[in-house]
Amino acid sequence: MKYDVSLAGKVSTVEIARDGRQWKVMLNGQLVAADAVELSPGVFSILLGGSSHEVRVSPAGDGTLRILSGAEEFSAEVVDERAWRGRGHRAMETAGRQSIVAPMPGKVVRVLRKQGTTVAAGEGILVVEAMKMQNEVQAPKRGVIQSLLVQEGQAVNAGEILAWIE
Amino acid sequence: MFRKILIANRGEIAVRIVRACRELGIRSVAVFSDVDRASLHVRLADEAYPIGPAAPRESYLRLDKLMDVARRAGCDALHPGYGFLAENPALPRACEDARVTFIGPPAEAMETLGSKTAARQLARRADVPTVPGALDPIEKPEDAQTLAQTIGYPILLKAVAGGGGKGMRLVEDEGQFASAWRNAGSEAMNAFGDPRLYLEKYLAKPRHVEIQILADLHGRVVSLGERECSVQRRHQKVIEEAPSPVMTPELRARMGEAAVRLARAGRYVNAGTVEFLVDEKLEFHFLEVNTRLQVEHPVTEQVTGLDLVKLQIAIAAGHRLPFAWESITPRGHAMEVRLYAEDPENNFFPSPGKILSRHAPTGPGIRLDDGVYGGWTVPTEYDPLLSKLIAWGNSREETIARLRRALEEFAMTGIKTNAPLFRRILTEREFLRGEIHTRWLDELLRAPAAALRNGNAGAEAAAVIAAALWQANRDATSAETRAGAEGDSRWKTEGRRRQLDRTP
Repeated sequence: MKYDVSLAGKVSTVEIARDGRQWKVMLNGQLVAADAVELSPGVFSILLGGSSHEVRVSPAGDGTLRILSGAEEFSAEVVDERAWRGRGHRAMETAGRQSIVAPMPGKVVRVLRKQGTTVAAGEGILVVEAMKMQNEVQAPKRGVIQSLLVQEGQAVNAGEILAWIE
Repeated sequence: MFRKILIANRGEIAVRIVRACRELGIRSVAVFSDVDRASLHVRLADEAYPIGPAAPRESYLRLDKLMDVARRAGCDALHPGYGFLAENPALPRACEDARVTFIGPPAEAMETLGSKTAARQLARRADVPTVPGALDPIEKPEDAQTLAQTIGYPILLKAVAGGGGKGMRLVEDEGQFASAWRNAGSEAMNAFGDPRLYLEKYLAKPRHVEIQILADLHGRVVSLGERECSVQRRHQKVIEEAPSPVMTPELRARMGEAAVRLARAGRYVNAGTVEFLVDEKLEFHFLEVNTRLQVEHPVTEQVTGLDLVKLQIAIAAGHRLPFAWESITPRGHAMEVRLYAEDPENNFFPSPGKILSRHAPTGPGIRLDDGVYGGWTVPTEYDPLLSKLIAWGNSREETIARLRRALEEFAMTGIKTNAPLFRRILTEREFLRGEIHTRWLDELLRAPAAALRNGNAGAEAAAVIAAALWQANRDATSAETRAGAEGDSRWKTEGRRRQLDRTP
């Protein structure tokens, strides 16, 4: 199987094939001496030319993978060359209109700016409470609040669109 | 001694208290809200009872429900932990009415010392130096604003009932006042059910140094020495250590005496903490008293060899403090980091969710006070504290090296934690030198983050390979699932195969 893995701004090609209970790994066309064992779902021990790495992979929810390699953290995207499912090509935000999304699940405790008002970049639009802390959700850029989709007291999920700024 | 203790809390502190009960041979009774049924404290306790919906105001803050469980389960004592009702005098009063011993100070001591303004009045009478500011709760924002102008910005707005940075706002100038007042008040209302605020002058580069005290029912009050908790993010402690890097035996003695004096003046009983700000001239100013066990109590336990929770229980049972001395000299060094479910790369927003996998560090000089386990879902309704990782050693250097090693071993997936923040702090030169103050971390975080990567090409290559392996596994699984869905059921196939086998 051949995958393109985009990680830390670089795209690498990884070819893997089962070799008995082991994996044979080609990294960017080069055969690497890798001994990989899956310890538990999503947790891999990888010996790379003798150096021992423990790597944890979990889906981040937005199509990307969150990877802990030792104490280092990476965000990665995997593209399967055979099956171009278009994954990982989220539409770019249009320059003019931008959504404001809930950064975490919680409750809208206060709406600070009404629909139709002009806000400066960094200005607080509403306050979301989660885990006993109140967090101000701020305007990512200067503009007019075109629509406000939530009310005070409303519960929101992470990633839910709260407002649009034009 | 008690037979059965109700633990009116959740998370890591409830687990901590269950463990103390177990060691003392006392039965532990946990309570849980709807979302906490599978929580670690419920699993470890001897008994557990539901107390209602997830929202704290409908469960962990409901006195009536707690006392009802105490009665039904036949508890003879109650430990409040920290947070929730731990500093609410209504709890010891309700315990008294129900003839359940409250493991903590009497309601009156809680009122005098727990109210920050009353405590400061008492401090002035007991000759303990304080920070300039209002002594009373301020009702009108206009009055507060006038006072702020008199003592000069920056000032701090604080919740009268508060603690842990909740209901607290730093106001750097006049322009920030109105929104800070509003936010602090509503946060205080939500966290403590009391929106009242007071204000005080904000000192330049102060260190947060607190004295742990223990007081028994027979009039004995001792100091267990200090903890330095200057590494704070938005007034929330994130690293605590003992001893303080700037402490001298002489200063420790003076601060310990001041803390004991204040505790005596407030007729304090049980474990408590007297918090001070220490300025650049090493002069100390009284801040507030926490009339409960602190989150960071393990740091003191590691340098004194004492078990504070067991001592709390013994004090409540009427035992005398078992020490010959009046104050203690710490042995070695200890340091704690608070592991929170929050995302350091996204403005420290809370990151609740399911823990997919985790690795808990162990080994020499490492202690993990845990409230979670792999596979558990961290609820959104409560404080994001997951676990406390504590290291100790012969020196500050050895302790830091151990903590750094343990943080390298620590891993958690499914949710984000602030572990990367600690990995960074523990390599900062100022931190290593002990040159810290309460604003140090916020300033560090404002500066552009230096690359956290060790530049370890191996780690990156391993990550790339793991990503491909993960995807290959997933593709294989989904292919299998598809095949299963399209074709015959495996049960049917297996059944037919057996039939065939049986056919001669």
